[in-house]
Order: sequence, then structure tokens, then C-alpha cells
Amino acid sequence: MNPDKTALLIETIAGMLEGLGRVAVGASSPIPAAAALLARERGGGRPALSLLGSQAGSDMTDGGRELFDRAGQGRIDAFFLGGVQIDGGASINLVGTGPHPAASKRFPGSYGSAYLYFVVPRVILFRIEHTPRTLVRKVDFVSAPGTSPAGVYRPGGPYALVTGRCVFRFAPEARRFRLVSLHPGHDLDEVRTNTGFDFDCNEEPPVTPAPEPETLALIRGPVGEALAEVYPRFAAGLRDGN
Amino acid sequence: MTETLSLDRLAGRVADGAVLALPPDYSFVPMAAVRALVRRPVRNLNLLTVPQAGIAADLLIGASCVATIETAAVSLGELGNAPRFTAAVEGGRLAIRESTCPAIHAALQAGEKGVPFMPLRGLIGSDLVAARPDWRVIDNPLADGGDPIVVLPALRPDVALFHAPFADEQGNVWLGARRELVTMAHAARETLVTVEEVRACDLLADDALAAGTLPALYVTALAEAPEGAWPLGLPGRYEADRDHLAEYARLAASEEGFAEYCAEHVDEDVTGLCAAE
Repeated sequence: MNPDKTALLIETIAGMLEGLGRVAVGASSPIPAAAALLARERGGGRPALSLLGSQAGSDMTDGGRELFDRAGQGRIDAFFLGGVQIDGGASINLVGTGPHPAASKRFPGSYGSAYLYFVVPRVILFRIEHTPRTLVRKVDFVSAPGTSPAGVYRPGGPYALVTGRCVFRFAPEARRFRLVSLHPGHDLDEVRTNTGFDFDCNEEPPVTPAPEPETLALIRGPVGEALAEVYPRFAAGLRDGN
Repeated sequence: MTETLSLDRLAGRVADGAVLALPPDYSFVPMAAVRALVRRPVRNLNLLTVPQAGIAADLLIGASCVATIETAAVSLGELGNAPRFTAAVEGGRLAIRESTCPAIHAALQAGEKGVPFMPLRGLIGSDLVAARPDWRVIDNPLADGGDPIVVLPALRPDVALFHAPFADEQGNVWLGARRELVTMAHAARETLVTVEEVRACDLLADDALAAGTLPALYVTALAEAPEGAWPLGLPGRYEADRDHLAEYARLAASEEGFAEYCAEHVDEDVTGLCAAE
């Protein structure tokens, strides 16, 4: 991916974390981790972060369960999830495609999604690949549902879906995504063709704002440095601007 | 009383068909012991990954040591999908009990407390619930009706197996902040541990060390295995061998490549510890 697109995604996600108290980032998530570090840099230390897989970036001492215990108590304000498939109702599938259990294509598994999606107030879905294969009408396996019936305990859920082409926000009442901006160089027809589900949008959606030079300097500087412990190759690319 | 054994003797304590709990790739993975299990070879294991796994599970699955796996995810992380796990599931050769990280942690907590189940929020509406008939949705018995919640049966693995930086001569094992291993050992019927070294000291005598120590009460047997987490790292001791892990990912992509990897790195005791009794 080109460096402008990477910086655009980092900037976009960072904007969704402003003013929050604590953000956690799962493993193998370099762009969300960079966005969280950028938000902290601009917020003068807020939000506080827990980066999984990091010695320096983790403040947890009670083993693997502590992240989930914190989230269950409402101590985590935002988290990131992806998906082999994401559908128009924001349900996500991390397990595989085709019939379960003998999947035609198997992926690692649900990780903590079936829990964190319910208890973290602002879950940001992030999937760079934006094709009819990834954004589908209905997922083949529900690792975690986008919404729940009344009466099911659910303080958390989907907030937005950021892809390589655009940004959607999720409207829980309508149980649908709404396109809020197109990344530079992408248009609505292209997004419609590449999205397997129906979504709401204005006729002329705005362009996702590109980062300011000061932001790019932060990404290449302190954000890249802090990221290097967990994602050395990705961080090196950020600092070189490629 | 904790026994001290050779690596192969320790691996011999894992019975065919056992429920074997293994740690995730970030936490003290007993790779030398896993290779010893493959050499034996152990058969029909029911793996429990706490809560996810990587190369250790993939190696056991590729070597036909595993009948079932209960897991939240199996992956080689930045190196991509775990190839032997993926092939086994797609080929219908591995029965999988789908789970999610906090469910495994919570069910082990029920196991360590000796209570029959643990409730957990979330889950309702996930296909995991349908895939797990042993999980039940009940109404919160303390609410005035309604409030559905999932209850998970306690997990009591037959064996917990992990690698640690050091133990003392009494069999107390230092785990530092890796508390998921403490829970695993509390819940398991037996715990087998490999260590970098056995030190002449008493880990329980000093509060600073005791807080991060698994008491010998839980430790069935120990074996010394220097660099026993290789090719994974041991935080604070040595880094993961990234080149080797990449070679594993490349070779294990095919059955022939996996056999080649095993011939080179597993079938021979590369640490030279087997003979030492």
C-alpha cells in the first residue's frame, strides 16, 4: 500500500479515538496501533493505550484474561476487529467461508471477538480489502453479531467500518452502514460495485480528509518509534515514508 | 513432590488421548517438549489452546498427534495462517471445538475454583453457541426475569504443559507476569514444565519472586531444556528466531515440506538432551 493511503487510514482511525479514556489494540494490527499512538500523541497522553504483544505498550499483569476482564467492566472505550467477511448488519466472520465446520476456506478463528464486540462501546471494524468477497450481504459464520435483540446485555458494538476505499459509520437503530466519506481517488460507483451489501449514503459523499503535514511528521516521528517494538518492519516503512 | 525428569521422560507423561493445555505464542511455549511429543509419537491428543496457539499446535497437528482441538484461533501471526491446522480442518481430519479467548480463560477459572461452570457476557447470537452444545444460555438467576447469559462448563485439562525461565530445587516455578499459565496449572490435573535452568534457591522465600511463582504443589514434573522455547522467544531471555519461523511457514505449506521440516528439526533431538538422564 502506498504511504499516502497508510497515513490516510491512520489519520482517519485516530480521529475516531479522540477524547476517549483507554483504547486497546489486538495483535497483528499495525495500522490501528499507529492510529491509537497518533491519537495519544495529539491528546497529550489520552487515550491511554494497551497494545497486545508489546512489553513496553502493555500495562497488564494478570495474564491473558485481564484485557477481557477490563472490557467487561467498561474500562476499555475502543477496540478494533476485522473479519474474513463483514456483512451489512455488521456481523463479522473470522472462522472461514463455506459450511461449518469443514470450511472450504478456514481462517484462524474468532479470537476474543464474540465477547469484546458486546462490551466495548466503540468497536472500529478495519479491513483494507474492500471487495464483494470481504464485504458480503450475510456472513457464512457469525463469530460475533453486529446487533442483538432487546434484553441481551450489550453496552458495546460497531461504531465504524474503515476500508481501503471509504469510511462507513454504523447506525444501530437502522442496523445498517452509512457511507460517510470516500478516500481520495475512489468514487461511489466503484464502492457500490465492490460492496456486497446495501448501505445508505448521500448523493455526493465528501472526500476523507488527508492528514496535515504536522500529522505526517508525528507519524514518521514518535508514532513510528513507539511502534517499532511490536511492528519493526511496518514502523521502518512509516519512518521512511514508504 | 515434584520429580525432575529428562525431556523425553517428561513427554512420556502425556498419555495418548489426553486433554493437553498449551499456552499462546506470546507466553512461554514448550517447543522442545512439543518436539519430544512428536518424536514419541503421542497420539489422539485433545488440545486446549489457552486461548490461542501457533506453531506448537500446528506442529502437533501436522504430525498426526491430535484428534480434537478446542481453540479461539490458531495462526502463525504475521507469518499468516497456520498451514497444517488449516489443511486438517479443511480436509475434515481435525474435529474443532470453536471457542473465544475469554471463554477459555473463564472456563479454566471455573476449573481452578472447583465450581461446575462460569457465566460469561457476550456470545449470544454468535454461531459459536450453536457450535458448542456444552454451552448453555440461562436467565440470570439473580435478576427479576430475563437477562440471558451463557454458562460455560469448567475446564479441567488432564495436563498443562509449558516452558519457564527457571525453577528452584523444590519444584517451584517462576512465571513472572504470565498469569494465564498459573490459571492453566491450577485448573489442570497435572502440570509438566520445562525450564531453562533449575536454581539453588527458594522462590517462595522472597515476596518479590513469590508473587510470580507457581508453587511446587501444582507441578507434577520438571525437565531442564535450555532454549526450550526455540524457535519462539522467551521474553526477557531470547528473541524469537524469525528466520526459522519463516522457514517453517514456507515448508509447512505442503505435506512434503512439513515432512522435510520434521526430518531436519524434529526427528533428531536437536538439543541433545534426550540421552541425558
